[in-house]
Amino acid sequence: MDILYFAWVRERIGVPSERIETDAATVAGLVEELRAREDRYAAAFADLGALRVALDQELGDFDAPLAGVREVAFFPPMTGG
Amino acid sequence: MRISVQDGAFDFAAQARAFAADAAGMGAIVTFTGVVRDLDGGGLEAMEIEHYPGMTEKAISAIAQEARTRWALGDVLVIHRHGRLVPGEQIMMVATAAPHRGDAFAAAEFLMDYLKSRAPFWKREITAAGAHWVDATDADEAALKRW
Repeated sequence: MDILYFAWVRERIGVPSERIETDAATVAGLVEELRAREDRYAAAFADLGALRVALDQELGDFDAPLAGVREVAFFPPMTGG
Repeated sequence: MRISVQDGAFDFAAQARAFAADAAGMGAIVTFTGVVRDLDGGGLEAMEIEHYPGMTEKAISAIAQEARTRWALGDVLVIHRHGRLVPGEQIMMVATAAPHRGDAFAAAEFLMDYLKSRAPFWKREITAAGAHWVDATDADEAALKRW
């Protein structure tokens, strides 16, 4: 699965994307796995209320299932316009 | 309908003219342009806009399609830039064409509200003191509730 990070999430984790193997059933489960990896992940995912997630380029929820998903992106609330 | 996500500048007048020329039979054309504004008190050297290639175009298309289901529109144009911009540069524009102005104005405002918080762009302000990610505001989110 490809994991993408944008804006300050990318800066905290230190890479724009990475490919990982995961058995997590949901986005929240994936976040738990990432948090347990290293401090930089724990720092980036400290407050899920400050984060948004997209599954295969569609906005989703942290309780969304990961079955069949190829790309997950984490980022702060968007500031376009 | 045309969506363009680009790093280069666009010519607002030329875009507006071409959009109007294609909007045969429409009674109303509304255009909006967003411009990089200096900070209150000055000091903004640049605005850097990051985006999510692939998702950005899809998200904007979905927003524009939603506008077309809500209002009687002849056409929609959205141009949004990314990369490094300086104060005074145009960031983005929307244009809507409709038989009547009410639909054209409402759809343009809807597009703007949704582009602000549902299209994957992130702004970073660069000043002499350093770089700072712009936070989304409660007002941005509240603006969606009126639709």
